[in-house]
Amino acid sequence: MSLAFDDYGRPYIILRDQGQKKRMKGLEAYKSNILAAKAVANTLSSSLGPKGMDKMLVSPDGDVSVTNDGATIVEKMEIQHPTAKLLVELSQSQDAEIGDGTTGVVVLAGKLLEQALTLLDKGIHPLKISDGFDRACDVAIKHLETISEEIDIQANEHEALIQAACTALGSKVVSKRKRELGKIAVTAVLDVADLARRDVNLDLIKIQTKTGGSVEDTRLISGILIDKDMSHPQMPKEVKEAKICLLTCPFEPPKPKTKHNINISSAEDYKKLYLQEQQYFVDMVKLVKDSGANIALCQWGFDDEANHLLLQNELPAVRWVSGTDVELIAMATGARIIPRFQEITPEKLGKAGSVKEVQFGTSNERMLVIENCQCTKAVTILIRGGSQMIVDEAKRSIHDAICVIRNLIKDNRIVYGGGSAELACAIQVLQYADEVSSVEQYAIRSFADALEGIPNCLADNCGLNPITSVAQAKSRQLQENNPRIGIDCMELGTTDMKEQRIYETLSSKKQQIQLATQVVKMILKIDDVIAPDDY
Amino acid sequence: MDIVGNVLPQVLKDEATEDKGEMARLQSFVGAIAVADLVKTTLGPKGMDKILKPTGPGQEMTHITVTNDGATILKSMYVENPAAKILIEISKTQDEEVGDGTTTVAVLAGELLREGEKLIQKRIHPQHVIAGWRIARDVALKTLRDISSENDIESQEFHNDLIKIARTTLSSKLITSDRDYFADLCVKAVLRLKGSSNLDYIQIIKLPGGTIRDSYLDDGFILKKQITIGCKRRIENAKILVANTAMDYDKIKIYGTKVKVNSMDKVAEIEAAEKEKMKHKVDKILKFQPTVFVNRQLIYNYPEQLLADSGVTVIEHADFEGMERVAAATGAEILSTFDAPERRDQVLGHCDLIEEIMIGEEKMIKFTGCKKNEACTIVLRGSSIHILDEVDRSIHDVLCVLITTVKNRRVVWGGGNSEMQMAAACEEEAKKVQGKQALAIEAYARALRQIPTIICDNGGYDSAELIQNFKVELQKGNLSSGLNMNDGTVGDMKELGIKECMRVKEQAVMAASEAAELIMRVDDIVKCAPRKRERA
Repeated sequence: MSLAFDDYGRPYIILRDQGQKKRMKGLEAYKSNILAAKAVANTLSSSLGPKGMDKMLVSPDGDVSVTNDGATIVEKMEIQHPTAKLLVELSQSQDAEIGDGTTGVVVLAGKLLEQALTLLDKGIHPLKISDGFDRACDVAIKHLETISEEIDIQANEHEALIQAACTALGSKVVSKRKRELGKIAVTAVLDVADLARRDVNLDLIKIQTKTGGSVEDTRLISGILIDKDMSHPQMPKEVKEAKICLLTCPFEPPKPKTKHNINISSAEDYKKLYLQEQQYFVDMVKLVKDSGANIALCQWGFDDEANHLLLQNELPAVRWVSGTDVELIAMATGARIIPRFQEITPEKLGKAGSVKEVQFGTSNERMLVIENCQCTKAVTILIRGGSQMIVDEAKRSIHDAICVIRNLIKDNRIVYGGGSAELACAIQVLQYADEVSSVEQYAIRSFADALEGIPNCLADNCGLNPITSVAQAKSRQLQENNPRIGIDCMELGTTDMKEQRIYETLSSKKQQIQLATQVVKMILKIDDVIAPDDY
Repeated sequence: MDIVGNVLPQVLKDEATEDKGEMARLQSFVGAIAVADLVKTTLGPKGMDKILKPTGPGQEMTHITVTNDGATILKSMYVENPAAKILIEISKTQDEEVGDGTTTVAVLAGELLREGEKLIQKRIHPQHVIAGWRIARDVALKTLRDISSENDIESQEFHNDLIKIARTTLSSKLITSDRDYFADLCVKAVLRLKGSSNLDYIQIIKLPGGTIRDSYLDDGFILKKQITIGCKRRIENAKILVANTAMDYDKIKIYGTKVKVNSMDKVAEIEAAEKEKMKHKVDKILKFQPTVFVNRQLIYNYPEQLLADSGVTVIEHADFEGMERVAAATGAEILSTFDAPERRDQVLGHCDLIEEIMIGEEKMIKFTGCKKNEACTIVLRGSSIHILDEVDRSIHDVLCVLITTVKNRRVVWGGGNSEMQMAAACEEEAKKVQGKQALAIEAYARALRQIPTIICDNGGYDSAELIQNFKVELQKGNLSSGLNMNDGTVGDMKELGIKECMRVKEQAVMAASEAAELIMRVDDIVKCAPRKRERA
């Protein structure tokens, strides 16, 4: 009741404008929230696994993207419902933290909510349910760690890493070429990885897309590719032993930020100003040239005259290089970003083996490649494909693969995929449930059921009978005490995921279970939704 | 509402829609097939053209386009169906990548989906269909590479191949009656490039008037500009200075400058100073001792007069591309500052003769005997601008195909030969594959065979009979047989001289399969609420 009484006993309304607000309370609110969140999870569930389907998303402007990356789907769906939005954030935080498993985490949350709904119907208090889920989650995580295995990432030419990348790529449209793309991703990550610190700076891997050709034509360029060409058509197309001057000031007369006026009142002043103007350009080019640089990359534009002076002084230059590229080049070549011409010194120049222009297709599109950089080995993955949508999806897929590899370099423990890890956890959680004597027992048991939902969903997407195949896998896990039995999605004839070499990182799985549990707990704590009718 | 009758809360934004499963699939099939059907009548030598009429106020009937170029048609269409958009996208990519086969790629993707739809109706899971298509695609591409032949780039055979390819490409265009003439013209233009793939050097000038036959290849370089009045109309052994500089009045580039004077005298002084500044610039230019001065920007009367007085021929307001071409062809440097006359030899371009010529009614400037001889110009004539535009597109297609062929060098027989052979290879493969995928492989073969079938249909021939006969010919081992679209029979492509570029086919097969797969994998379409636009 949102009515209250003041000191004189007169009623007044706490929530104003009741008629214009929607309000749901109690069980109704729980159910509505859960149903909304489940609707999102249902949409995603058919994208799970190697045989998962894609979603076609049409943006408000009519642009089409096709993807099965969970984070991308929920982001572009324009979800309005407040609790459904929590699932969007869930997927995005998995993406930010791990980069892969963004679909799985939402599906798991959906399954947990489904279980919560039946428990609510039984009359169990929501907080008891979330307590039970919490305890079950701890058990599952602990069990995951016991069944995880350490792999040797160096062995057999990084075979394990390639396999893990293949697992990540297996569910995407590029799966046809997963091995090749997996190798590219592994090479790219290893090129920039700091194995001693077990860290990878993903900024050093640039993913550039270009439509045309086929996904097979995707390749790794050991250098930086920027989508720009030389500022003057007659500048040399290739610079060897490049000394790069990286500028963030335009080759134009200075524009002080303070507002000012120069008043010219006589012909002498006019002439002086003219000479001054000419001098600016000469000085600028001279300063760059004197430092020993043989190529200038600039974040800003060039004046026509300056442009020609650069050509005349045999100083190739590139204009309008994007800010991120400037930083990347600075990191890779060891160049300092120079904000003023006066501060150019030879020490601030970056070095690279060569800078050259390359051309694609029949249309006149050219790109610049900076190779053999002096400092770190920055690399670029150039993705090709028949259309913009394929190229975009390939980019997302490769990003996932790169994240998986990075996670493995950070933490080389893996669990096996194909739903086997979830199944093993479910069995463990179920055992634990029997030891609990309070109401939470039911919640814990339901948690196990929800975990089983993942292999169930996998089997369903692959066209297998979900109930039989999960039951078989479960009984074999128990009989053989082998936590690696999962769903044979690819119909390869074995359900042992070690033989199928389906690797997933422990960190990703752990994160999935933890995040999903957290969100479900949060949704379960909401018992009142107040929203304005129209906004 | 869900199955048990709970009212589901609204999750998506107002006006946003979500279609799932069958509904989503139906939508994408319908859209993609509709687009493919739309362009399929333009396929082949007997294909028909389309009129494209722009919408929007004012210009309704004025800027119509008549074309049978797939990419042009698809680009100008406004579609809302997302799957149809994917088809348009691949057609565009095909255009950028190889320049031709833009219709083929859309039709092939559409046919693949048509076959795919049938399989889905038979309750075969889309993933199985895709698995089959992938096998089929690899087989088809391998076959394509195997049946292609390669000739040495210098050899006469290769030259003949190029002419044949150009003829084949042209045969489906408007200028099919003059295809020998244009094939020769295009091959000559491409061979001048000597293996470079920069189409910039080939300039196409369109001039209404005359007939298509009056088009010709000019081995010089033609600039669609006039020589300024009062200058020489014919310059032999010209020294050319190409510039991009302001020759109207020099703006002061220093920010925030204002001219403020307090008397009329001062105004005059400033004016004089301005004039002197311009004269100074002209003097500097004259130090280079050019005989011709080409500028991208306008030239005002005063500097123009100064230059003309010194006997320099002035060409003003050249467009940027034209100027780059002049620079490239004559070996000139594009100047914006003029302080280094000692670099004269380096920066000046050279050509044997510059003269003003008349083509039709228009005056043009022709540069002959340039330093770098790669540049050339194709002058197109025709009775209307619509025809010229279409011829321009056709010539562009041919040039792209030829350049791709020069780069790749592999050629295949035309007349549907490669498609039929790929289809046969896929069918062969289907026999060896276990499982449901085999059905999809067969479907792929059928889709490939649809291309020659459509070509027959467009020609008004009995496609069922012809294609069967064609199949038999190939089975007999006549590997160069193909469709003879002149008399509606199966003929020998070797005798007819119909060849196609392998790379174009390869790209079409790859792109179409990728797009079909992409659409096939979709089981859910989410459409966001369209962005509200304020009406101006």
